[in-house]
Amino acid sequence: MVEFVDIALLVLLGITAFSIIRQKNLFAAVMLAGIYSLLSAGLFVVMDAVDVAFTEAAVGAGISTILMLGTLALVGHSEHQPQHRPILPLFVVILTGAVLVYGTLDIPPFGDASNPAHHHVAPHYLEESEHEIGIPNVVTSVLASYRGYDTMGETTVIFAALVGVLLLLSLGPRPRRVFSNGRWITVAASEKDASEGGAEEAQEDTLQISPEEKTLGDTNG
Amino acid sequence: MTALGLFNYWAVIFLMMVGFYTLIARGNLVKKIIGLNIFQTSVFILYITMGKITGGTAPIFVEGGEDVIYSNPIPHVLILTAIVVGVATSAVGLSLVIRIKEAFGTIEEDEIQDESL
Repeated sequence: MVEFVDIALLVLLGITAFSIIRQKNLFAAVMLAGIYSLLSAGLFVVMDAVDVAFTEAAVGAGISTILMLGTLALVGHSEHQPQHRPILPLFVVILTGAVLVYGTLDIPPFGDASNPAHHHVAPHYLEESEHEIGIPNVVTSVLASYRGYDTMGETTVIFAALVGVLLLLSLGPRPRRVFSNGRWITVAASEKDASEGGAEEAQEDTLQISPEEKTLGDTNG
Repeated sequence: MTALGLFNYWAVIFLMMVGFYTLIARGNLVKKIIGLNIFQTSVFILYITMGKITGGTAPIFVEGGEDVIYSNPIPHVLILTAIVVGVATSAVGLSLVIRIKEAFGTIEEDEIQDESL
């Protein structure tokens, strides 16, 4: 029964992932990505990783989808037809996949209790954590106590990401640079900026940016 | 469950390659981030698969259960961290996409290249 659920979920995941590639409408692709996350959460339950499953369902299927939808509201939701045929990417992907499949031939069989992964510190956590930490959930005691520094590093990463997002989104509209008639010119973000005192600043910006961008353009062209 | 052999790993590789293909072959930046998420989730499945023990149960102590087999909790802990970090990085990626849309007026890779040449 467990095998059946496992295979069914993996096949559904494969179908969902494949239809995400085929989907031209980004809104539908984001919804399919949410379904993909939810299916993988189901698979995690089958694999005994209940903590991972509810984190994936809440964060992967919930917050991630909301972030993507918020982005789509700002950038539009249609994808253009690619102009070139994807022969090189397809070749790279098939080659990488073949190498990885070759690598799996040495992986110990699935679900065997004598696999090396189960023999280092895992038995210690399973045997001692109830006395040492006093929490029945081993995942919680490892996450919050034995590997507490990992979790602290994780919060540092989240803080850095938060600062990055805030800096990127709080800058407001900036002047746009357009290449026309062989040189770079700066187009003010809005007409209001250009007319009210911002004109001089925009002009300075043009003068500062033009030379370096010009050389960049020259080397590229 | 040993009958499954390597099927899980191969399914993981298929998902991984689907995500990788989306990442390198598609020009739309939002589509690239979706591909990156597919890739990420396939790595999560790989780790969780390695932690599973046949006939085991979730690593939460059962009252009075002496001979209960628990699955390996370490991959679960690692992946819990990875899920949250993954969402943080895709948030940064998506806000970069919004800035690119403001600066270039498009999120298609080839059009951005045409404009900046």
